[in-house]
Amino acid sequence: MTSKHLPLWEVFVRSRRGLDHKHVGSLHAADPEQALQAARDTYTRRQEGVSLWIVRSSDIHASQADDEEAFFDPAEDKIYRHPTFYDIPDELKL
Amino acid sequence: MSQAHFEAVLRLGDNALILGQRLSEWCGHSPFLEEDIAIANTALDHIGRARMLLSHAGELEGRGRSEDDLAYFRDEREFRNFLMVELPVGDFAFTLVRQFLLDVYHHELYARLKGSTDATLAGIAAKAVKECAYHVRRSGEWVLRLGDGTAESHARAQTALDELWGFSHELFASDAVDRAMADAKIAPELAIVYEHWRREVEATLSEATLQIPDDGWQATGGREGVHTEHMGHLLAELQVMQRTYPELEW
Repeated sequence: MTSKHLPLWEVFVRSRRGLDHKHVGSLHAADPEQALQAARDTYTRRQEGVSLWIVRSSDIHASQADDEEAFFDPAEDKIYRHPTFYDIPDELKL
Repeated sequence: MSQAHFEAVLRLGDNALILGQRLSEWCGHSPFLEEDIAIANTALDHIGRARMLLSHAGELEGRGRSEDDLAYFRDEREFRNFLMVELPVGDFAFTLVRQFLLDVYHHELYARLKGSTDATLAGIAAKAVKECAYHVRRSGEWVLRLGDGTAESHARAQTALDELWGFSHELFASDAVDRAMADAKIAPELAIVYEHWRREVEATLSEATLQIPDDGWQATGGREGVHTEHMGHLLAELQVMQRTYPELEW
């Protein structure tokens, strides 16, 4: 082995049919099969899930803390993007 | 109920109990955290199975012995488990190669016990066989990884297999109890279990580049209560609390 640790993987669990997979944590494993088995044993042993995804952590591209202003602040004053911004006429039956 | 029926279920329960106890020794000592959790999970699967089987054995016996009575208040000579399950954990390769040989055996066995004429046993088997399917996948993967891994892991896996092989014959050594159970359709013919076991074990071991040892040396005796020198130590640890404080609960 060339690196000190096995590669890192992110684990996503679908708790029930019909729901989305949710990120629950991460683990170390040598390859996808070992990662799936470790995810099963680590994150679903109390009936937490019906489906598992594992993704190499290095394959995830994340926004950076430095991006925060440019990425997210402009949404602050765009209240018209929320449906609650609009008055619904009383005559309109929904 | 027949003595053979009690004996047969007791054997299953003892194998599960002793193997679960051995596996639990890795808790806190496994090579890495994920594996530590996985081994402890497997240990708990076996202990859960032992509880159901020993309770059932106690009912079949009809002398009022509970699962705890059977687990904690029998002496070495009264235990009916295979010698293979009581052997010390050894290194990680030894533990996983043993696990693989037993997982395939249990998978083939419990798949057939699902059709047992003993409805309780069939129910236990239906639950156990799902665990077995996962156990085989897990330990089979490790056998491939270790056997076809580095020179060091290959050597350790081969050494483990050489040491364990002589203990594998006991799994299929059919005696009067097994024949009575097969006749009553309570348990399958062991010859059929062996046939499937051998095929699957050979396929995985050969893919793992491991050599199957000769069938020459064969150790038996566990089912008659004649155990290895390791069994007494294992029981001392397993039973110490109940022996020291009988009826202790927490």
